[in-house]
Amino acid sequence: MSSQTKTFTPSPSSPPPIAATGVILWLRTNLFSSWFNSALSILALLLLIKTIPPLISWALIHAVWLGGPEMCDGTTGACWAFIAAKARVMLIGTYPPELAWRPLTAAVLFAGVIAATVSGRCRKRILTGIWPLFFVIALWLVGGNAGLKEVDQSMWGGLMLSLGLAAVGILLSVPFGILLALGRQSRMVSISSICIGFIELVRGVPLITILFMASVMMPLFLPVNMQINNLLRVQVGIIFFSSAYIAEVVRGGLQAVPTGQIDAAKALGLSPWMVTSFVILPQALRYVLPSLIGRCIALFKDTSLVIIVGLLDFLGMAKAASQDQVWLGHEVEGYIFCAVVYWCICFGMSRYGRSIEKRGPKNNS
Amino acid sequence: MKASKLKTQLPTLLAQTLVVGAILYVALQLFQNTQANLEARNIASGFGFLSVEGGLPINDTLLPYSPADTYGQAFVIGILNTLFVSALSIVLATILGVLVGVARVSTNWLVARLAAVYVEVLRNIPLLLTLFFCYSTLLAFLPAPRNSLNPFGDIFINNRGMFASRPEFQDGMGWVFLAVTGAALASILLIRKSKRMRDETGRGLPAGWLSLGLLAGLPTAAYFLAGQPLAFDVPALKGFNFKGGMVLKPEFSALLIGLVMYTAAFIGENVRSGIQSVDKGQLEAAKALGLKPGMVMRKVILPQTLRVCIPATTNDYTSLVKNSSLAVAIGYPDMVSIGGTIIGQNDQAIEIIGMWMAVYLTINLVLSMGMNWFNAKVQLVER
Repeated sequence: MSSQTKTFTPSPSSPPPIAATGVILWLRTNLFSSWFNSALSILALLLLIKTIPPLISWALIHAVWLGGPEMCDGTTGACWAFIAAKARVMLIGTYPPELAWRPLTAAVLFAGVIAATVSGRCRKRILTGIWPLFFVIALWLVGGNAGLKEVDQSMWGGLMLSLGLAAVGILLSVPFGILLALGRQSRMVSISSICIGFIELVRGVPLITILFMASVMMPLFLPVNMQINNLLRVQVGIIFFSSAYIAEVVRGGLQAVPTGQIDAAKALGLSPWMVTSFVILPQALRYVLPSLIGRCIALFKDTSLVIIVGLLDFLGMAKAASQDQVWLGHEVEGYIFCAVVYWCICFGMSRYGRSIEKRGPKNNS
Repeated sequence: MKASKLKTQLPTLLAQTLVVGAILYVALQLFQNTQANLEARNIASGFGFLSVEGGLPINDTLLPYSPADTYGQAFVIGILNTLFVSALSIVLATILGVLVGVARVSTNWLVARLAAVYVEVLRNIPLLLTLFFCYSTLLAFLPAPRNSLNPFGDIFINNRGMFASRPEFQDGMGWVFLAVTGAALASILLIRKSKRMRDETGRGLPAGWLSLGLLAGLPTAAYFLAGQPLAFDVPALKGFNFKGGMVLKPEFSALLIGLVMYTAAFIGENVRSGIQSVDKGQLEAAKALGLKPGMVMRKVILPQTLRVCIPATTNDYTSLVKNSSLAVAIGYPDMVSIGGTIIGQNDQAIEIIGMWMAVYLTINLVLSMGMNWFNAKVQLVER
């Protein structure tokens, strides 16, 4: 009987069909899932094949990396030698070359302060002390005075100027914007209507008109024999513009604070001033930190407009450099260099903003 | 009771008085300074300059204009240019933005990645740089007028602009326009009727085809009945440039391309977040009903997306209008560019800047009102 027993031995399982694994599966699900998707994929591939190889050959293979203007004559590639020759002007403007170590030191400090902020290891209280201190030191390094040779503001330019305008703009327009937002929420009609008027007026017009106003109209407003230089006027214009936008961002945060918080604070007997500064504002600012960083990115991009009122920032210097008689016809390289630098800074900031968003408003270190 | 009320209100009253007083004082000081400065620099004030002959050459106008016209007329030309480029950019940026947003959430990996690269690149570079880049590449890669590109017909493209034939209307063209209006009205009525029939009986008319036929047929018939009242002013190469016809200058094209590409990246992000906010169950329900992917997108997802992305898009539209002022940097004669030239000639900065602000505020107010009306219309009606 037992010899009759047969045991069932299954044949080894066959491998999955090739179309259901690995690369082919990925291709089928992600690129060729339907005839429409296939058509789109083929179109996109064609576009890439048409654009990428010529671009690589222009930017890398046939490019001229070093040498004078004569090296770039008659090449079919990019002339990066132009960037190498103009790098100093584009970064620090017409700042005296022998003093270039001063903005450079400021830049290193700037990088250090940013690293300390982004790493999140530093305590907030220390950070709020470090930033103003850094601004004072940087201003002293770049501008001179008190032991260092003075460098006139007309010589400030290039990326240094863009970063400076943006950083000072952010530093001053955040507190000003917070005040405006609080003023807008105020129950005192005269104050809230003034704040609303200012915010809506500024938000309704382009930055260029504000810059024109700062550059052309402000001298008319000042006492007859009082002069402020153009850079300072433009900086004031930028702060005005930016603080109106920041006020709107902060207002969003103020409205997001639950009313229970305010009631509780009042019930504890805190004065209105203390309720605002210790209960409402810290929460409101934490809610809107990502959008505040968005405003910072926008402000940094907007500083490029100062070229229209005659300041030579990073973009302005790139444009001016490309009009150098010796190096004519290399605008595109200059603009690409600008674009890469702007992109890296802005993309870095937006990544930082996103990481804050992920950590969430609750988590405070 | 009264005393305690006074006690709580006194500080606020005092604060308000102080603030208003300080602001009035500053305003008075500014006014006096301005008066003194204007006098010291011999600048006339007031809007009298608007009727003075300007002598401004403007190279791109929508209405007939000559340098012998007044400053006021030049400014109006600038306002029209601002409106024209803004309106055209809004339409094109919306179309491109919706495409980019839909591509961002596409199941096609390559298309989604390309759209993501587009958005991240354009959003993180200053608009002014994009404009400069567009302008110099347009000028660098387009041929001189002598070697114009001629894609088809009477269209010529070179580094002086894009030239095309300009239609010139003659007597009898009024009938054709009347026919176009009539056809449009008839199609609207037809589509409404068809919708009502579908709502009542489940079966509509083929309204799309019928109205297409109306729109194409009636004007054509009117055109031939009226004796073909249309001639063309064809551009021709004379000397170093083309004369006649219509022209899109490279400054205009660069501004348009830059504004559209930049704004489309932002609108694309609005559309993406709108699409992602639509509940997944909606998509599954639509699929379960057997709708095709295109129908799901058009009939189920996009209408719900609209609700989410209109407020953000309204902001993008108003910033587009404001950004059109960057025209001044590449030499397109918009309102700011022309106003800036006027300031250079007669120093009347206060008046010009005031006029700029008034026009921008008006445009943006009208735009937001329109968008808010539209927003209220597409919001979910809850019963």
